[in-house]
Amino acid sequence: MALRMWASSTANALKLSTNPKSSLLVSPAFSLSRCFSTVLEGFKYASSHEWVKHEGSVATIGITDHAQDHLGEVVFVELPEAGKSVTGGDSFGAVESVKATSDVNSPISGEVIEVNSKLSETPGLINSSPYEDGWMIKVKPSNPSELESLLGPKEYTKFCEEEDASH
Amino acid sequence: MALSQTRSIGLPLINLIRLKGESILHQLHLEEMLLRTSSDNWCIINDGTIDPTIVMGVSGKPVELLEIESVLRDEIPVIRRFTGGGTVIVDQGTIFVTFICNKDAVPGLQSYPRPIMSWSSLIYKNVFQGIGDFSLRENDYVLGNHKFGGNAQSITKARWIHHTSFLWDYEISNMAYLKLPKRIPDYRQARDHLEFICRMKDYIPRSSFIDRTIHAVGSHFRLRSPEPEAIQTPLGTKFEPSSRILRKQDLEEAIMKSPMANHVAQSL
Repeated sequence: MALRMWASSTANALKLSTNPKSSLLVSPAFSLSRCFSTVLEGFKYASSHEWVKHEGSVATIGITDHAQDHLGEVVFVELPEAGKSVTGGDSFGAVESVKATSDVNSPISGEVIEVNSKLSETPGLINSSPYEDGWMIKVKPSNPSELESLLGPKEYTKFCEEEDASH
Repeated sequence: MALSQTRSIGLPLINLIRLKGESILHQLHLEEMLLRTSSDNWCIINDGTIDPTIVMGVSGKPVELLEIESVLRDEIPVIRRFTGGGTVIVDQGTIFVTFICNKDAVPGLQSYPRPIMSWSSLIYKNVFQGIGDFSLRENDYVLGNHKFGGNAQSITKARWIHHTSFLWDYEISNMAYLKLPKRIPDYRQARDHLEFICRMKDYIPRSSFIDRTIHAVGSHFRLRSPEPEAIQTPLGTKFEPSSRILRKQDLEEAIMKSPMANHVAQSL
């Protein structure tokens, strides 16, 4: 698991595809290939499939590789303005893919200090680089202890596998 | 116990709302309110809407999708709705069917766009059994290779909505307000609107479609009629719908800011 995550993070940095797909038996009406999505060390994760990278007084937030894979090609991103407050667990924006808008939820509470303006012209960055160029907002956390209740990489990987297996 | 009652034991409950001629803007406001403030499952069927209205998805750009000058000239209302997806023009010939569900309402269904879309097609496969060659093709409902309904969805943390505007009938002249969109499915193959779409009325009577849809929903849910207070915004809940009619000024500004307008201005 650790080797795969290291390989994934390195390959991700090199912008290489890291998603070998594995099909498992599921109900034909809802079948999706199971994907060993990239999960990076040093990040925290929400069960609603957002990630947080906390560096000093800034937390960067985006959606995970698992989420972007399940959502499909992102064609539009709705983001808040800098200065707005976000609340842990609540929606701060949305992405559009496959005729659907999907809420994106902030894992933590705080003030938005920067928004990724590249996403308005190139929303597909969320698919091609969910943990780097596809970041969505930077937040000044108001309650850093909220990070402790988020999932670590191994817990999140297990959560994704269990979620996919149960559907 | 009646067979239908036996069939529905163990199925999740769904509230069925039947409307006729309701304004599409009111319908969208109701839907978004139920999505965001209710914890019940809902099926809404609106049999036609009185006034021809253009409805764009959340990211729709009028200058790319509409013949704006004709729209302004003929004063056709343009709505930006809260769900994703493309642009439709709706009127009395349109039948709307909407599902609003908790993410765990349908066993085994992941609340992502493609699984929800795939699940919805099971309902309509049932409706069109023995009637037409129905399938879900690149996220469109088709009979043969002709689209007859526009789909859109919105997914929140705990719930999702899937709604469809079905072309039971349409006015050819109304289709002229819509441009060929930039993103089109492969199976469309550059066909213009009239070659691409079909009328459901060529396949099934209007009341039969609605009855068969309700029956098909009943094989997945236990249907019930909601109490009137269940359709109101809960007391103390702050909710503002996001679907809105674009102002004439918004459409005029879209023309002014368009690349074509800028090109003309620069060449003068």
